Amino acid sequence: MKAGSNLEKVLEKRLFAVTGELGPPKGNDVSVIKRKAELLKGYVDAVNVTDNQTAIVRMSSIATSSLLIQLGLEPVMQMTTRDRNRIAIQSDIFGATALGIKNMLCLTGDHHTFGNQVDAKNVHDLDSIQLIDCVRTMRDQGRLLGGEEKIEGEINIFIGAAANPFADPFEFRVIRLGKKVAAGVNFIQTQCIYDMNRFKEWMRMVRDRGLHEKCHILGGVTPLKSGGMARYMAKNVSGIIIPDEIIDRVVKAKKPAEEGIKICVEQIQELREIEGVHGVHIMAIEWEQMVSKITEMAGLLPRPKIE
Amino acid sequence: MIKAEQKPIDEILKYLNPYNKILLSGCGACVTVCHAGGEKEVELLASGLRMARQKIGKKIEVLEVTPARQCEPEFALELSETIEKVEAVLSISCGVGVQTLVRHFPKIPIFPGVNTSFLGETITHGVWEERCQACGNCILEKTGGICPISRCAKQLLNGPCGGSSKGKCEIKKEADCAWQLIYDRLKTLNQLYKLEEIIPAKRWGVESRDSGLRRIVREDLKV
Amino acid sequence: MSSFDPKIIAFCCDQSGYPAADMAGTLKLKLPRNIEIVRVPCAGRIETIYLLKALEKGADGVLVFACYEENCQFLRGNLRAKARLAYAHRMLEGIGLEKERVEICHLATNSGVKFVETLRRKSEQLKKMGPNPAKES
Repeated sequence: MKAGSNLEKVLEKRLFAVTGELGPPKGNDVSVIKRKAELLKGYVDAVNVTDNQTAIVRMSSIATSSLLIQLGLEPVMQMTTRDRNRIAIQSDIFGATALGIKNMLCLTGDHHTFGNQVDAKNVHDLDSIQLIDCVRTMRDQGRLLGGEEKIEGEINIFIGAAANPFADPFEFRVIRLGKKVAAGVNFIQTQCIYDMNRFKEWMRMVRDRGLHEKCHILGGVTPLKSGGMARYMAKNVSGIIIPDEIIDRVVKAKKPAEEGIKICVEQIQELREIEGVHGVHIMAIEWEQMVSKITEMAGLLPRPKIE
Repeated sequence: MIKAEQKPIDEILKYLNPYNKILLSGCGACVTVCHAGGEKEVELLASGLRMARQKIGKKIEVLEVTPARQCEPEFALELSETIEKVEAVLSISCGVGVQTLVRHFPKIPIFPGVNTSFLGETITHGVWEERCQACGNCILEKTGGICPISRCAKQLLNGPCGGSSKGKCEIKKEADCAWQLIYDRLKTLNQLYKLEEIIPAKRWGVESRDSGLRRIVREDLKV
Repeated sequence: MSSFDPKIIAFCCDQSGYPAADMAGTLKLKLPRNIEIVRVPCAGRIETIYLLKALEKGADGVLVFACYEENCQFLRGNLRAKARLAYAHRMLEGIGLEKERVEICHLATNSGVKFVETLRRKSEQLKKMGPNPAKES
């Protein structure tokens, strides 16, 4: 065990893991976190807490993660390298682990020009792979990046990262995953999958390199709410591919939201059949109330309780 | 070379508001090549400034000069006599040239007339693009000769982010994704194995601007 | 103001503007009074500084008579002139001068009438605008 988190235990037992996602409030209103937490509790093994996603200022992922622990949910604290240099990163890891956070997702982060602080100076002292290496060094060697001094205490972190099989260059994507594995990643959550053929092709390349045995891969899904959302994402979000037949299904459905949920459930079932996929990461953006339904329909309930 | 762009005239006019006789100094090197501060631009800007001041009934006399390289003391010093005759200097060389004048002429106000933009190359006539950030430790050997420090919006050293789509960067759609270029180049060279190596955290704090003022000393060249 | 005859510098391309001016002469069409024609081998020969210097040295307006787009003997000379006009317009805005003082007109060798009408229109426009306040005094 690297950290002994619930997510790690579920994955190590070879159970199909389920993670959710929670976006912190754009302010300090804790009731928002409580409301979203209630919608997720009991339906997922751990909850990702985003770190100023799309570079919009929100409550810090550390503080929100800590609040989730108090509410009885296990957080996966996301951390981007966009806003912190290695001094702040390592300091925040000390703080996060002291607060009981055991899972962490190492990200580069969305570019700050997408957010609401476009005049900011971005940091990018490390990239996501160097961040993984940094956390692993802190955990496994008990020392800081590039330093010999021993850390006071133990850093127990289950290290995660993202992978996007739908960005380009496609052939590079699996090389990049290999680097994340070499840097010490324990689990991977992918970008939302709609193009199942491309995902399966990517997984084949992952298996060819044996990477599926060195890290746990959780396939990312996001239910489509409407035809408009499907079209918007397909057209405007780089690194997301939505095949026309999926867009058509949502657009032509009498109840698009229901169809979106149905598609999502089918995708989860398809993902379960793919060798090397050890779980699903459900990103129901501002639609957290659907997670219970999706997990139930997909036969993922009840979630295991591991001592 | 250094690339620059002329500042808006109204901004320059604000700097020059208190003065009636100035020296407008260009530079015959980089800013001539990128048409921001060469002899031609000196002439053009001088004409514009004179007209703007004429229009508000507050004439300005503009002396024009374009030393070969404003950032070299021997050329900068050529301005000594002319500078005596004016109240202020507007320099449309890069920020380096402005500071060379400041160092040698401590008693006269010196203003920048361009924004120094980046170190870049000419893509085609009238188009320049960034290529180097002078990070102090060149890694082009590892990246197929294409610089992710200057050409990737996130300065990623280990591959493209999830926003690389069809060869373009999600942040500026007209920009090529640096890592797509690196991938294509290494593929052509049959060196894709180079992408498997993890490039470790960069030593920004020792080698780059973050280390404080950088200085190169060559004892063999000192006189 | 009635006595104000705007001074216009008319840069004329040898392939279009200048022959058009010639034709206007043959047809005995009457030009506004204060026009100075500058013959250039191609509109592409006109540097941005010419446009500004013309105004600085006393013109109230500048007209560039160039060939129709896609009809340049030197392929892109007229387009270059157009782009330089756009640059000059930005400068004029910074200076605080009306950008309408500098204009490009595309025509052909036989456009004698268009040549004269354009100059007349410009002259009337400049009369309303008043003298160039930025010219040397």
